[in-house]
Amino acid sequence: MATVLTDTGEATVAATKNGLWLTADDAARATGWTLKPEGMCQADLCVPLPAHAARDGRIDVAAFWQLLGRPVVHDAANETWVLGAGADERNAALAGLIAPDFTLPDLAGVPHTLSALRGNKVFLSTWASW
Amino acid sequence: MFDSLKTEKFMIVAVAEESRGGAHARQWIEQAKAEYWCLIDEDHRVADLYGMVNVPQAVWIDQTGRIVRPPETAGSTDHFRLMDPATRTLAPEHQAARQAARSAYLDAVREWVLTGSHALPADAARDALPRITPEIALAQAHFRLGVWLRRHGNAGEGDAHLAEASRLHPDSWNIWRQAADLDEVGKASGEAFWQRVQALGEQPYYPPPSIHRHGRV
Repeated sequence: MATVLTDTGEATVAATKNGLWLTADDAARATGWTLKPEGMCQADLCVPLPAHAARDGRIDVAAFWQLLGRPVVHDAANETWVLGAGADERNAALAGLIAPDFTLPDLAGVPHTLSALRGNKVFLSTWASW
Repeated sequence: MFDSLKTEKFMIVAVAEESRGGAHARQWIEQAKAEYWCLIDEDHRVADLYGMVNVPQAVWIDQTGRIVRPPETAGSTDHFRLMDPATRTLAPEHQAARQAARSAYLDAVREWVLTGSHALPADAARDALPRITPEIALAQAHFRLGVWLRRHGNAGEGDAHLAEASRLHPDSWNIWRQAADLDEVGKASGEAFWQRVQALGEQPYYPPPSIHRHGRV
């Protein structure tokens, strides 16, 4: 088993020891991208999957992610993977000037989503005890 | 500040960039007795999304969900660098200047809420946005993994990824100081921190926000 960390959270998948080769179902759960004849698709966008990135019913998700220009890091045991947001992705979101959304818990563990505050001006500040 | 603006359609979202989790933020949050949102951000997600590099930094978002002021220092100043290391105190004139800067910033926020002042038009807001580089994006991925590994008992490997994150994104005080704190509580304000601050030379630790209020910042 392996853990895949992305912008949307954590997913537990069945992985092979060499790299991040996932079934189409696991790939969709972990990344939000679905395998179709056109390639890997998310909403209206499809990216062709190179021949070397699909084998024996599995997808080389790490290779696919890097094809998107996004960072991939993993631990030495290949058991925990981060499929990170790409620089272009972050810059494009910010340039649109719509405040990137997020959901985070309060001290009681209750989740709060920024976009629920539409209609209010929001002062979004960060702090730390360190 | 929040109390004085309670009748306005305004909310403060105070996010603790705290990889040790809510328990470490609890005493300050409870002390604040806030009626605004106090959230716990163990993965520094907000700093990642918004390109923040230090605390406190703030983003101003209007009622349509648009960024009207990209990340800026939120009231803090570099006066702490003038602290007497022996007595760990700040001269009265520096204390006064520091307090004045903080008040000016909070007054600016209040003016924005009440009148819309200081909100940047789209072009100016875009120009002021932080620029995320591939190195920064990779740093954030290493940071995420480092924090996860530490959380799951693998400090050795976790620390290696946190160090790599800092190497790739040296401008991020959040990454460096959080990694130091995870290693040892207090280390983020220790000797190595002061050396890193000194290495800034003339560069600011807290770049001041460029808010103009009747000739005062």
